Amino acid sequence: MAEEKVDIKKVEAKKEKINDDKPKLKKQTTGMKILTVIFSIVSVFYVAPIIVVLFNSFKTKTSISSSPFTIPDAESFYGVQNYVKGMTFGNFDFYKVVLCSLFITVGGVFLILFCTSMAAWYITRVDSIVCKIIYYFCIFSMVVPFQMVMFTLSKTADKLKLSNPAGILIIYLGFGAGLAIFMFSGFVKGIPLEIEEAADVDGAGPLKTFFGIVLPIMKPTFISVGILETMWIWNDYLLPYLVLDRNDYRTIPIHIQYLNGSYGQTDMGAIMALIVLSIVPIIIFYFVCQRYIIEGVVSGAVKG
Amino acid sequence: MVKKQKKYFVIFVLPTFIAFIIGFIYPFFRGIYLSFCKFQTVSNAKWIGFQNYVDAFKDETFVRSFWFTALFVVVSVVAINLIAFFVAYALTLGIRGSNIFRTVFFVPNLIGGIILGYIWQLIFNGILQNYGSNIKLDSTYGFWGLVILMCWQQAGYMMIIYIAGFQSVPADLYEAARIDGASKGQILTNVTIPMMAPSITICTFLTLTNSFKLFDQNLALTGGAPGVVSKSGTMVYQTEMMALNIYNTFYASNRFRGVGQAKAVIFFLIVVVISLAQLYLTRKREVQQ
Repeated sequence: MAEEKVDIKKVEAKKEKINDDKPKLKKQTTGMKILTVIFSIVSVFYVAPIIVVLFNSFKTKTSISSSPFTIPDAESFYGVQNYVKGMTFGNFDFYKVVLCSLFITVGGVFLILFCTSMAAWYITRVDSIVCKIIYYFCIFSMVVPFQMVMFTLSKTADKLKLSNPAGILIIYLGFGAGLAIFMFSGFVKGIPLEIEEAADVDGAGPLKTFFGIVLPIMKPTFISVGILETMWIWNDYLLPYLVLDRNDYRTIPIHIQYLNGSYGQTDMGAIMALIVLSIVPIIIFYFVCQRYIIEGVVSGAVKG
Repeated sequence: MVKKQKKYFVIFVLPTFIAFIIGFIYPFFRGIYLSFCKFQTVSNAKWIGFQNYVDAFKDETFVRSFWFTALFVVVSVVAINLIAFFVAYALTLGIRGSNIFRTVFFVPNLIGGIILGYIWQLIFNGILQNYGSNIKLDSTYGFWGLVILMCWQQAGYMMIIYIAGFQSVPADLYEAARIDGASKGQILTNVTIPMMAPSITICTFLTLTNSFKLFDQNLALTGGAPGVVSKSGTMVYQTEMMALNIYNTFYASNRFRGVGQAKAVIFFLIVVVISLAQLYLTRKREVQQ
Protein backbone atom coordinates (compact mmCIF):
# COMPACT_ATOMS: atom_id res chain seq x y z
CA MET A 1 0.00 0.00 0.00
CA ALA A 2 2.73 2.43 0.98
CA GLU A 3 4.47 1.94 -2.32
CA GLU A 4 1.28 2.54 -4.20
CA LYS A 5 0.72 5.83 -2.45
CA VAL A 6 4.15 7.09 -3.35
CA ASP A 7 3.56 6.13 -6.94
CA ILE A 8 0.30 7.99 -7.14
CA LYS A 9 1.95 11.07 -5.69
CA LYS A 10 4.70 10.88 -8.23
CA VAL A 11 2.25 10.60 -11.09
CA GLU A 12 0.26 13.51 -9.76
CA ALA A 13 3.36 15.60 -9.39
CA LYS A 14 4.22 14.83 -12.99
CA LYS A 15 0.75 15.78 -14.12
CA GLU A 16 1.02 19.08 -12.37
CA LYS A 17 4.36 19.72 -13.94
CA ILE A 18 2.95 19.12 -17.40
CA ASN A 19 0.04 21.46 -16.67
CA ASP A 20 2.33 24.17 -15.39
CA ASP A 21 4.74 23.89 -18.26
CA LYS A 22 2.20 23.95 -21.04
CA PRO A 23 1.65 27.69 -21.34
CA LYS A 24 5.36 28.43 -21.08
CA LEU A 25 6.32 26.00 -23.81
CA LYS A 26 4.55 27.97 -26.50
CA LYS A 27 5.83 31.33 -27.63
CA GLN A 28 3.31 34.11 -27.13
CA THR A 29 2.44 35.61 -30.52
CA THR A 30 0.81 39.03 -30.79
CA GLY A 31 -2.58 37.40 -31.34
CA MET A 32 -2.20 35.41 -28.16
CA LYS A 33 -1.14 38.48 -26.21
CA ILE A 34 -4.26 40.30 -27.41
CA LEU A 35 -6.36 37.32 -26.32
CA THR A 36 -4.81 37.45 -22.87
CA VAL A 37 -5.73 41.11 -22.57
CA ILE A 38 -9.29 40.48 -23.79
CA PHE A 39 -9.78 37.59 -21.39
CA SER A 40 -8.40 39.62 -18.50
CA ILE A 41 -11.00 42.31 -19.13
CA VAL A 42 -13.77 39.69 -19.49
CA SER A 43 -12.66 38.03 -16.25
CA VAL A 44 -13.02 41.30 -14.39
CA PHE A 45 -16.58 41.66 -15.71
CA TYR A 46 -17.21 38.03 -14.84
CA VAL A 47 -16.51 38.45 -11.16
CA ALA A 48 -18.02 41.94 -11.07
CA PRO A 49 -21.53 40.85 -9.93
CA ILE A 50 -20.02 39.13 -6.89
CA ILE A 51 -17.85 42.15 -6.11
CA VAL A 52 -20.87 44.45 -6.41
CA VAL A 53 -22.71 42.35 -3.82
CA LEU A 54 -19.66 42.40 -1.57
CA PHE A 55 -19.44 46.21 -1.72
CA ASN A 56 -23.15 46.61 -1.16
CA SER A 57 -23.05 44.47 1.93
CA PHE A 58 -21.12 47.31 3.60
CA LYS A 59 -23.49 50.05 2.49
CA THR A 60 -26.66 51.53 3.96
CA LYS A 61 -30.07 50.41 2.69
CA THR A 62 -30.80 53.66 0.92
CA SER A 63 -27.52 53.80 -0.95
CA ILE A 64 -27.92 50.17 -2.10
CA SER A 65 -31.15 50.99 -3.86
CA SER A 66 -30.16 54.44 -5.13
CA SER A 67 -26.62 53.73 -6.32
CA PRO A 68 -25.74 50.00 -6.26
CA PHE A 69 -22.57 50.36 -8.33
CA THR A 70 -20.61 52.79 -6.20
CA ILE A 71 -17.82 51.84 -3.83
CA PRO A 72 -18.83 52.50 -0.21
CA ASP A 73 -17.71 56.01 0.82
CA ALA A 74 -17.85 57.93 4.08
CA GLU A 75 -21.54 58.70 3.59
CA SER A 76 -22.83 55.30 2.53
CA PHE A 77 -20.50 53.14 4.63
CA TYR A 78 -22.42 51.12 7.19
CA GLY A 79 -19.62 49.03 8.69
CA VAL A 80 -20.56 45.50 9.66
CA GLN A 81 -24.05 46.57 10.73
CA ASN A 82 -25.63 44.62 7.87
CA TYR A 83 -23.86 41.47 9.00
CA VAL A 84 -24.94 41.97 12.59
CA LYS A 85 -28.55 42.45 11.49
CA GLY A 86 -28.38 39.57 9.04
CA MET A 87 -27.44 37.14 11.80
CA THR A 88 -30.92 37.26 13.29
CA PHE A 89 -32.84 38.71 10.36
CA GLY A 90 -36.38 37.41 9.88
CA ASN A 91 -36.46 36.18 13.50
CA PHE A 92 -34.38 33.19 12.52
CA ASP A 93 -30.78 32.69 13.61
CA PHE A 94 -28.46 32.47 10.67
CA TYR A 95 -26.08 30.04 12.36
CA LYS A 96 -28.94 27.51 12.55
CA VAL A 97 -29.48 27.90 8.82
CA VAL A 98 -25.81 27.29 8.09
CA LEU A 99 -25.70 24.26 10.39
CA CYS A 100 -28.79 22.81 8.76
CA SER A 101 -27.32 23.28 5.26
CA LEU A 102 -24.02 21.78 6.37
CA PHE A 103 -25.65 18.78 8.05
CA ILE A 104 -27.87 17.97 5.08
CA THR A 105 -25.07 18.39 2.53
CA VAL A 106 -22.40 16.43 4.39
CA GLY A 107 -24.79 13.77 5.63
CA GLY A 108 -26.53 13.41 2.29
CA VAL A 109 -23.32 13.12 0.32
CA PHE A 110 -21.82 10.52 2.66
CA LEU A 111 -25.01 8.49 2.71
CA ILE A 112 -25.25 8.59 -1.08
CA LEU A 113 -21.59 7.63 -1.55
CA PHE A 114 -21.74 4.79 0.95
CA CYS A 115 -25.04 3.22 -0.08
CA THR A 116 -24.95 3.71 -3.84
CA SER A 117 -21.36 2.50 -4.26
CA MET A 118 -22.37 -0.78 -2.63
CA ALA A 119 -25.56 -1.00 -4.63
CA ALA A 120 -23.81 -0.18 -7.89
CA TRP A 121 -21.18 -2.89 -7.35
CA TYR A 122 -23.83 -5.50 -6.58
CA ILE A 123 -26.06 -4.48 -9.49
CA THR A 124 -23.21 -4.55 -11.98
CA ARG A 125 -21.74 -7.86 -10.82
CA VAL A 126 -24.90 -9.88 -10.15
CA ASP A 127 -26.70 -8.63 -13.25
CA SER A 128 -30.04 -10.35 -12.59
CA ILE A 129 -33.35 -9.13 -14.01
CA VAL A 130 -34.19 -7.21 -10.81
CA CYS A 131 -30.79 -5.51 -10.96
CA LYS A 132 -31.28 -4.55 -14.60
CA ILE A 133 -34.66 -3.06 -13.81
CA ILE A 134 -33.21 -1.02 -10.93
CA TYR A 135 -30.35 0.16 -13.15
CA TYR A 136 -32.61 1.36 -15.97
CA PHE A 137 -34.92 3.06 -13.50
CA CYS A 138 -31.91 4.93 -12.14
CA ILE A 139 -30.97 6.22 -15.58
CA PHE A 140 -34.60 7.11 -16.22
CA SER A 141 -34.83 9.07 -12.97
CA MET A 142 -32.06 11.41 -14.12
CA VAL A 143 -34.22 12.82 -16.93
CA VAL A 144 -37.44 13.22 -14.97
CA PRO A 145 -38.04 16.85 -13.94
CA PHE A 146 -38.56 17.41 -10.23
CA GLN A 147 -41.99 18.98 -10.79
CA MET A 148 -43.26 15.55 -11.86
CA VAL A 149 -42.80 14.10 -8.36
CA MET A 150 -42.73 17.24 -6.23
CA PHE A 151 -46.25 17.06 -4.80
CA THR A 152 -46.43 13.31 -4.20
CA LEU A 153 -42.87 13.25 -2.85
CA SER A 154 -43.55 15.95 -0.28
CA LYS A 155 -46.76 14.18 0.81
CA THR A 156 -44.95 10.83 1.09
CA ALA A 157 -42.16 12.43 3.13
CA ASP A 158 -44.74 14.02 5.39
CA LYS A 159 -46.55 10.74 5.96
CA LEU A 160 -43.34 8.89 6.76
CA LYS A 161 -42.26 11.67 9.17
CA LEU A 162 -39.20 12.50 7.09
CA SER A 163 -39.67 16.28 7.24
CA ASN A 164 -36.59 16.87 9.41
CA PRO A 165 -32.89 17.15 8.51
CA ALA A 166 -32.27 13.47 9.25
CA GLY A 167 -35.28 12.27 7.28
CA ILE A 168 -34.49 14.37 4.24
CA LEU A 169 -31.22 12.47 3.89
CA ILE A 170 -33.25 9.40 2.89
CA ILE A 171 -35.08 11.45 0.26
CA TYR A 172 -31.74 12.70 -1.07
CA LEU A 173 -30.42 9.14 -1.17
CA GLY A 174 -33.45 8.11 -3.20
CA PHE A 175 -33.46 11.09 -5.53
CA GLY A 176 -29.69 11.26 -5.95
CA ALA A 177 -29.27 7.52 -6.44
CA GLY A 178 -29.77 7.75 -10.21
CA LEU A 179 -26.66 9.73 -11.11
CA ALA A 180 -24.52 8.05 -8.43
CA ILE A 181 -25.40 4.48 -9.39
CA PHE A 182 -24.94 5.33 -13.05
CA MET A 183 -21.44 6.72 -12.50
CA PHE A 184 -20.33 4.01 -10.07
CA SER A 185 -21.57 1.22 -12.38
CA GLY A 186 -19.70 2.76 -15.27
CA PHE A 187 -16.54 2.52 -13.18
CA VAL A 188 -17.17 -0.97 -11.79
CA LYS A 189 -17.58 -2.31 -15.33
CA GLY A 190 -13.97 -1.29 -15.96
CA ILE A 191 -12.54 -3.17 -12.95
CA PRO A 192 -11.14 -6.56 -14.03
CA LEU A 193 -13.13 -9.41 -12.48
CA GLU A 194 -9.94 -11.38 -11.77
CA ILE A 195 -9.05 -9.17 -8.81
CA GLU A 196 -12.32 -10.00 -7.06
CA GLU A 197 -12.09 -13.66 -7.99
CA ALA A 198 -8.63 -13.84 -6.47
CA ALA A 199 -10.04 -12.39 -3.24
CA ASP A 200 -12.82 -14.95 -3.36
CA VAL A 201 -10.34 -17.82 -3.74
CA ASP A 202 -8.44 -16.47 -0.76
CA GLY A 203 -11.64 -16.83 1.24
CA ALA A 204 -12.84 -13.23 1.48
CA GLY A 205 -16.60 -12.82 1.58
CA PRO A 206 -18.43 -10.19 -0.52
CA LEU A 207 -18.29 -7.64 2.29
CA LYS A 208 -14.56 -8.03 2.75
CA THR A 209 -13.98 -8.02 -1.00
CA PHE A 210 -15.96 -4.83 -1.41
CA PHE A 211 -14.51 -2.83 1.47
CA GLY A 212 -10.97 -4.21 1.20
CA ILE A 213 -10.47 -4.26 -2.55
CA VAL A 214 -13.20 -2.63 -4.66
CA LEU A 215 -13.71 0.46 -2.52
CA PRO A 216 -10.07 1.63 -2.63
CA ILE A 217 -10.01 1.17 -6.41
CA MET A 218 -13.13 3.30 -6.76
CA LYS A 219 -11.58 6.33 -5.01
CA PRO A 220 -11.49 8.64 -8.06
CA THR A 221 -15.17 8.02 -8.76
CA PHE A 222 -15.96 8.69 -5.11
CA ILE A 223 -14.44 12.13 -5.51
CA SER A 224 -16.32 12.85 -8.76
CA VAL A 225 -19.70 11.72 -7.45
CA GLY A 226 -19.06 13.46 -4.14
CA ILE A 227 -18.33 16.79 -5.84
CA LEU A 228 -21.36 16.64 -8.12
CA GLU A 229 -23.74 15.67 -5.30
CA THR A 230 -22.27 18.32 -2.99
CA MET A 231 -22.88 21.07 -5.54
CA TRP A 232 -26.41 19.80 -6.04
CA ILE A 233 -27.50 19.41 -2.42
CA TRP A 234 -25.84 22.58 -1.11
CA ASN A 235 -27.62 24.71 -3.69
CA ASP A 236 -30.90 22.81 -3.87
CA TYR A 237 -33.94 24.91 -3.09
CA LEU A 238 -37.26 23.32 -3.98
CA LEU A 239 -36.79 19.83 -2.54
CA PRO A 240 -35.87 20.93 1.00
CA TYR A 241 -38.41 23.75 0.74
CA LEU A 242 -41.23 21.27 0.18
CA VAL A 243 -39.97 18.46 2.40
CA LEU A 244 -38.61 20.23 5.50
CA ASP A 245 -40.75 21.69 8.24
CA ARG A 246 -39.86 25.30 7.52
CA ASN A 247 -40.74 26.68 10.93
CA ASP A 248 -37.89 24.70 12.47
CA TYR A 249 -35.43 23.98 9.72
CA ARG A 250 -34.20 26.08 6.82
CA THR A 251 -31.31 25.73 4.42
CA ILE A 252 -29.47 28.77 3.06
CA PRO A 253 -31.41 29.07 -0.22
CA ILE A 254 -34.74 28.69 1.61
CA HIS A 255 -33.76 31.35 4.15
CA ILE A 256 -32.73 33.83 1.47
CA GLN A 257 -35.92 33.24 -0.49
CA TYR A 258 -37.97 33.73 2.71
CA LEU A 259 -36.34 37.04 3.52
CA ASN A 260 -37.00 38.33 0.04
CA GLY A 261 -40.47 37.02 -0.41
CA SER A 262 -42.39 37.32 2.78
CA TYR A 263 -41.32 40.66 4.23
CA GLY A 264 -43.05 43.82 3.14
CA GLN A 265 -39.98 45.94 3.77
CA THR A 266 -37.03 43.86 2.64
CA ASP A 267 -33.78 44.94 4.23
CA MET A 268 -31.51 44.78 1.19
CA GLY A 269 -28.43 45.42 3.34
CA ALA A 270 -29.03 42.35 5.48
CA ILE A 271 -29.75 40.25 2.39
CA MET A 272 -26.51 41.36 0.74
CA ALA A 273 -24.61 40.39 3.89
CA LEU A 274 -26.26 36.96 3.98
CA ILE A 275 -25.54 36.38 0.29
CA VAL A 276 -21.87 37.16 0.91
CA LEU A 277 -21.81 34.84 3.93
CA SER A 278 -23.32 32.00 1.94
CA ILE A 279 -21.05 32.41 -1.08
CA VAL A 280 -17.78 32.69 0.83
CA PRO A 281 -17.58 29.09 2.18
CA ILE A 282 -18.28 27.54 -1.21
CA ILE A 283 -15.68 29.73 -2.94
CA ILE A 284 -13.08 28.77 -0.33
CA PHE A 285 -14.04 25.13 -0.83
CA TYR A 286 -13.58 25.60 -4.58
CA PHE A 287 -10.12 27.11 -4.30
CA VAL A 288 -8.98 24.39 -1.92
CA CYS A 289 -10.08 21.45 -4.06
CA GLN A 290 -10.27 23.11 -7.44
CA ARG A 291 -8.53 20.34 -9.35
CA TYR A 292 -10.85 17.67 -8.01
CA ILE A 293 -13.90 19.74 -8.82
CA ILE A 294 -12.85 20.27 -12.41
CA GLU A 295 -11.90 16.61 -12.83
CA GLY A 296 -15.19 15.63 -11.22
CA VAL A 297 -17.16 17.73 -13.68
CA VAL A 298 -15.28 16.32 -16.65
CA SER A 299 -15.58 12.66 -15.67
CA GLY A 300 -19.21 13.17 -14.70
CA ALA A 301 -19.90 14.56 -18.13
CA VAL A 302 -17.93 11.97 -20.05
CA LYS A 303 -19.80 9.15 -18.39
CA GLY A 304 -23.10 10.98 -18.68
CA MET B 1 -18.59 -16.07 -6.63
CA VAL B 2 -21.72 -14.37 -7.99
CA LYS B 3 -23.83 -17.01 -6.21
CA LYS B 4 -22.26 -16.14 -2.89
CA GLN B 5 -22.76 -12.47 -3.63
CA LYS B 6 -26.44 -12.87 -4.44
CA LYS B 7 -27.33 -13.59 -0.83
CA TYR B 8 -26.08 -10.15 0.15
CA PHE B 9 -28.85 -8.23 -1.65
CA VAL B 10 -30.26 -7.04 1.67
CA ILE B 11 -26.98 -5.45 2.75
CA PHE B 12 -25.77 -4.06 -0.56
CA VAL B 13 -28.85 -2.94 -2.42
CA LEU B 14 -31.86 -2.86 -0.13
CA PRO B 15 -31.14 0.46 1.69
CA THR B 16 -30.66 2.31 -1.59
CA PHE B 17 -33.59 0.49 -3.15
CA ILE B 18 -36.00 1.44 -0.35
CA ALA B 19 -34.86 5.08 -0.48
CA PHE B 20 -35.23 5.00 -4.27
CA ILE B 21 -38.82 3.74 -3.91
CA ILE B 22 -39.66 6.45 -1.36
CA GLY B 23 -37.80 9.19 -3.21
CA PHE B 24 -38.64 8.37 -6.78
CA ILE B 25 -40.57 5.28 -7.88
CA TYR B 26 -43.62 5.62 -5.65
CA PRO B 27 -44.03 9.41 -6.10
CA PHE B 28 -43.57 9.00 -9.85
CA PHE B 29 -46.30 6.40 -10.40
CA ARG B 30 -48.56 8.00 -7.81
CA GLY B 31 -48.11 11.24 -9.75
CA ILE B 32 -49.19 9.64 -13.01
CA TYR B 33 -52.27 8.19 -11.28
CA LEU B 34 -53.16 11.52 -9.66
CA SER B 35 -52.97 13.33 -12.99
CA PHE B 36 -56.23 11.53 -13.84
CA CYS B 37 -57.87 12.55 -10.57
CA LYS B 38 -59.44 15.54 -8.93
CA PHE B 39 -57.90 16.13 -5.51
CA GLN B 40 -56.90 18.66 -2.91
CA THR B 41 -54.95 16.34 -0.66
CA VAL B 42 -53.78 12.89 -1.64
CA SER B 43 -56.52 11.14 0.31
CA ASN B 44 -59.56 12.61 -1.44
CA ALA B 45 -58.56 11.76 -5.02
CA LYS B 46 -61.45 11.04 -7.39
CA TRP B 47 -60.91 9.53 -10.86
CA ILE B 48 -62.00 11.89 -13.63
CA GLY B 49 -60.15 10.56 -16.69
CA PHE B 50 -58.52 12.97 -19.11
CA GLN B 51 -60.33 16.09 -17.87
CA ASN B 52 -57.16 17.48 -16.21
CA TYR B 53 -55.23 17.20 -19.47
CA VAL B 54 -57.99 18.99 -21.37
CA ASP B 55 -57.96 21.75 -18.76
CA ALA B 56 -54.18 21.99 -18.90
CA PHE B 57 -54.15 22.54 -22.66
CA LYS B 58 -56.92 25.08 -22.36
CA ASP B 59 -54.98 27.04 -19.73
CA GLU B 60 -53.58 30.21 -21.29
CA THR B 61 -50.88 30.59 -18.66
CA PHE B 62 -49.56 27.11 -19.39
CA VAL B 63 -49.48 27.67 -23.15
CA ARG B 64 -47.75 31.00 -22.64
CA SER B 65 -45.17 29.41 -20.33
CA PHE B 66 -44.54 26.69 -22.93
CA TRP B 67 -43.67 29.19 -25.67
CA PHE B 68 -41.66 31.33 -23.30
CA THR B 69 -39.68 28.27 -22.19
CA ALA B 70 -39.20 27.02 -25.76
CA LEU B 71 -37.82 30.36 -26.93
CA PHE B 72 -35.62 30.61 -23.88
CA VAL B 73 -34.25 27.10 -24.42
CA VAL B 74 -33.35 27.77 -28.06
CA VAL B 75 -31.62 31.08 -27.35
CA SER B 76 -29.77 29.95 -24.24
CA VAL B 77 -28.62 26.58 -25.62
CA VAL B 78 -27.14 28.23 -28.70
CA ALA B 79 -25.60 31.12 -26.77
CA ILE B 80 -24.10 29.04 -23.98
CA ASN B 81 -22.59 26.46 -26.30
CA LEU B 82 -21.14 29.00 -28.74
CA ILE B 83 -19.58 31.02 -25.93
CA ALA B 84 -18.26 27.96 -24.10
CA PHE B 85 -16.88 26.39 -27.28
CA PHE B 86 -14.90 29.43 -28.39
CA VAL B 87 -13.67 30.30 -24.93
CA ALA B 88 -12.47 26.70 -24.55
CA TYR B 89 -10.81 26.91 -27.96
CA ALA B 90 -8.98 30.09 -27.01
CA LEU B 91 -7.93 28.69 -23.65
CA THR B 92 -6.37 25.61 -25.24
CA LEU B 93 -4.16 27.68 -27.54
CA GLY B 94 -1.70 28.07 -24.68
CA ILE B 95 -2.20 31.76 -23.96
CA ARG B 96 -0.78 33.20 -20.77
CA GLY B 97 -3.12 33.04 -17.79
CA SER B 98 -5.28 30.22 -19.20
CA ASN B 99 -5.53 28.48 -15.85
CA ILE B 100 -6.62 31.63 -14.05
CA PHE B 101 -9.28 32.37 -16.66
CA ARG B 102 -10.56 28.81 -16.45
CA THR B 103 -10.81 29.07 -12.67
CA VAL B 104 -12.64 32.39 -12.79
CA PHE B 105 -15.15 31.35 -15.46
CA PHE B 106 -16.21 28.32 -13.43
CA VAL B 107 -16.98 30.22 -10.20
CA PRO B 108 -20.67 31.11 -10.90
CA ASN B 109 -21.51 27.39 -11.08
CA LEU B 110 -20.91 27.02 -7.41
CA ILE B 111 -23.57 29.52 -6.45
CA GLY B 112 -27.15 28.32 -6.11
CA GLY B 113 -29.93 29.46 -8.43
CA ILE B 114 -31.88 31.42 -5.80
CA ILE B 115 -28.82 33.43 -4.79
CA LEU B 116 -27.79 33.97 -8.42
CA GLY B 117 -31.26 35.30 -9.14
CA TYR B 118 -31.03 37.90 -6.39
CA ILE B 119 -27.50 38.94 -7.34
CA TRP B 120 -28.59 39.62 -10.89
CA GLN B 121 -31.80 41.29 -9.82
CA LEU B 122 -29.66 43.85 -8.02
CA ILE B 123 -27.41 44.32 -11.07
CA PHE B 124 -30.23 44.60 -13.63
CA ASN B 125 -32.33 46.90 -11.48
CA GLY B 126 -29.27 49.04 -10.81
CA ILE B 127 -28.84 49.53 -14.55
CA LEU B 128 -32.52 49.77 -15.45
CA GLN B 129 -33.40 52.34 -12.81
CA ASN B 130 -31.39 54.90 -14.78
CA TYR B 131 -34.08 54.51 -17.44
CA GLY B 132 -36.89 54.56 -14.90
CA SER B 133 -37.60 50.87 -15.29
CA ASN B 134 -37.30 47.58 -13.46
CA ILE B 135 -36.73 43.96 -14.44
CA LYS B 136 -40.23 43.05 -13.26
CA LEU B 137 -41.93 45.65 -15.44
CA ASP B 138 -41.14 44.39 -18.93
CA SER B 139 -41.06 40.78 -20.09
CA THR B 140 -38.32 41.59 -22.64
CA TYR B 141 -36.00 42.57 -19.82
CA GLY B 142 -37.02 39.46 -17.91
CA PHE B 143 -36.29 37.22 -20.89
CA TRP B 144 -32.86 38.63 -21.69
CA GLY B 145 -32.07 38.87 -18.01
CA LEU B 146 -32.63 35.15 -17.68
CA VAL B 147 -30.55 34.45 -20.79
CA ILE B 148 -27.63 36.53 -19.49
CA LEU B 149 -27.88 34.90 -16.08
CA MET B 150 -27.86 31.40 -17.56
CA CYS B 151 -24.91 32.18 -19.85
CA TRP B 152 -22.99 33.59 -16.93
CA GLN B 153 -23.70 30.54 -14.82
CA GLN B 154 -23.44 27.69 -17.32
CA ALA B 155 -20.79 28.80 -19.81
CA GLY B 156 -17.99 27.97 -17.36
CA TYR B 157 -19.23 24.45 -16.76
CA MET B 158 -19.60 23.69 -20.46
CA MET B 159 -16.22 25.31 -21.12
CA ILE B 160 -14.59 22.77 -18.77
CA ILE B 161 -16.13 19.90 -20.75
CA TYR B 162 -15.13 21.45 -24.08
CA ILE B 163 -11.56 22.00 -22.86
CA ALA B 164 -11.32 18.30 -21.99
CA GLY B 165 -12.67 17.57 -25.46
CA PHE B 166 -10.06 19.76 -27.18
CA GLN B 167 -7.29 18.16 -25.17
CA SER B 168 -8.40 14.66 -26.16
CA VAL B 169 -8.02 15.29 -29.90
CA PRO B 170 -4.82 13.45 -30.90
CA ALA B 171 -2.03 15.80 -31.97
CA ASP B 172 -1.09 13.70 -35.01
CA LEU B 173 -4.45 14.49 -36.64
CA TYR B 174 -3.58 18.18 -36.57
CA GLU B 175 -0.12 17.45 -37.89
CA ALA B 176 -1.51 15.38 -40.75
CA ALA B 177 -3.96 18.14 -41.64
CA ARG B 178 -1.20 20.74 -41.54
CA ILE B 179 1.02 18.64 -43.82
CA ASP B 180 -1.88 18.33 -46.23
CA GLY B 181 -1.97 22.14 -46.33
CA ALA B 182 -5.22 22.77 -44.43
CA SER B 183 -5.81 26.31 -43.19
CA LYS B 184 -6.66 27.08 -39.56
CA GLY B 185 -10.35 27.45 -40.41
CA GLN B 186 -10.36 24.18 -42.32
CA ILE B 187 -8.70 22.37 -39.43
CA LEU B 188 -11.35 23.71 -37.07
CA THR B 189 -14.32 22.64 -39.23
CA ASN B 190 -12.94 19.37 -40.63
CA VAL B 191 -10.81 18.01 -37.80
CA THR B 192 -11.63 19.66 -34.49
CA ILE B 193 -15.42 19.87 -34.65
CA PRO B 194 -16.00 16.26 -35.84
CA MET B 195 -13.59 14.98 -33.19
CA MET B 196 -15.38 17.13 -30.60
CA ALA B 197 -18.79 15.65 -31.39
CA PRO B 198 -19.06 13.68 -28.10
CA SER B 199 -18.42 16.84 -26.06
CA ILE B 200 -20.92 18.75 -28.17
CA THR B 201 -23.51 16.01 -27.55
CA ILE B 202 -23.01 16.15 -23.80
CA CYS B 203 -22.99 19.93 -23.57
CA THR B 204 -26.11 20.37 -25.69
CA PHE B 205 -27.84 17.70 -23.63
CA LEU B 206 -26.91 19.33 -20.33
CA THR B 207 -27.80 22.87 -21.41
CA LEU B 208 -31.04 21.68 -23.00
CA THR B 209 -32.28 19.86 -19.91
CA ASN B 210 -31.01 22.54 -17.51
CA SER B 211 -32.74 25.31 -19.44
CA PHE B 212 -35.97 23.35 -19.76
CA LYS B 213 -36.13 22.52 -16.07
CA LEU B 214 -35.05 25.99 -14.93
CA PHE B 215 -36.86 26.98 -11.75
CA ASP B 216 -34.80 28.63 -9.01
CA GLN B 217 -33.36 31.36 -11.20
CA ASN B 218 -36.76 32.09 -12.70
CA LEU B 219 -38.38 32.31 -9.27
CA ALA B 220 -35.73 34.59 -7.81
CA LEU B 221 -35.07 36.89 -10.77
CA THR B 222 -38.60 37.84 -11.88
CA GLY B 223 -40.95 35.40 -10.16
CA GLY B 224 -42.93 35.42 -13.42
CA ALA B 225 -43.62 39.16 -13.37
CA PRO B 226 -45.02 41.16 -15.07
CA GLY B 227 -48.55 39.79 -14.99
CA VAL B 228 -50.89 40.89 -17.75
CA VAL B 229 -54.65 40.32 -17.74
CA SER B 230 -55.61 38.61 -20.99
CA LYS B 231 -58.79 39.15 -23.04
CA SER B 232 -60.56 36.30 -21.27
CA GLY B 233 -59.74 37.87 -17.90
CA THR B 234 -57.07 35.50 -16.62
CA MET B 235 -53.84 36.83 -15.20
CA VAL B 236 -50.99 35.63 -17.42
CA TYR B 237 -47.50 35.95 -15.99
CA GLN B 238 -45.25 36.88 -18.88
CA THR B 239 -41.89 35.49 -17.76
CA GLU B 240 -43.17 32.34 -16.08
CA MET B 241 -41.43 29.21 -17.30
CA MET B 242 -43.05 25.78 -17.32
CA ALA B 243 -41.58 24.56 -14.04
CA LEU B 244 -42.70 27.71 -12.23
CA ASN B 245 -46.13 27.53 -13.86
CA ILE B 246 -46.62 24.00 -12.59
CA TYR B 247 -45.45 25.01 -9.13
CA ASN B 248 -47.90 27.91 -9.03
CA THR B 249 -50.75 25.71 -10.21
CA PHE B 250 -50.08 23.40 -7.27
CA TYR B 251 -49.43 25.85 -4.49
CA ALA B 252 -51.09 29.19 -5.35
CA SER B 253 -54.37 27.51 -4.41
CA ASN B 254 -55.34 23.90 -3.81
CA ARG B 255 -58.20 23.83 -6.30
CA PHE B 256 -56.28 22.86 -9.41
CA ARG B 257 -53.82 20.29 -8.14
CA GLY B 258 -55.08 17.66 -10.58
CA VAL B 259 -54.44 20.06 -13.44
CA GLY B 260 -51.02 20.82 -11.99
CA GLN B 261 -50.16 17.14 -11.92
CA ALA B 262 -51.37 16.73 -15.50
CA LYS B 263 -49.18 19.68 -16.53
CA ALA B 264 -46.27 18.00 -14.78
CA VAL B 265 -46.81 14.81 -16.78
CA ILE B 266 -46.95 16.80 -20.02
CA PHE B 267 -43.79 18.66 -18.99
CA PHE B 268 -42.06 15.37 -18.20
CA LEU B 269 -43.01 13.91 -21.58
CA ILE B 270 -41.74 17.00 -23.42
CA VAL B 271 -38.41 16.89 -21.59
CA VAL B 272 -37.94 13.16 -22.24
CA VAL B 273 -38.90 13.31 -25.92
CA ILE B 274 -36.76 16.37 -26.69
CA SER B 275 -33.69 15.13 -24.84
CA LEU B 276 -33.91 11.67 -26.43
CA ALA B 277 -34.34 13.23 -29.88
CA GLN B 278 -31.33 15.45 -29.27
CA LEU B 279 -29.17 12.54 -28.08
CA TYR B 280 -30.18 10.52 -31.14
CA LEU B 281 -29.49 13.33 -33.60
CA THR B 282 -26.10 14.35 -32.24
CA ARG B 283 -24.90 10.80 -31.50
CA LYS B 284 -25.48 9.97 -35.16
CA ARG B 285 -22.90 12.55 -36.12
CA GLU B 286 -20.21 11.34 -33.77
CA VAL B 287 -17.08 9.86 -35.28
CA GLN B 288 -16.54 6.20 -34.45
CA GLN B 289 -13.18 5.85 -32.78
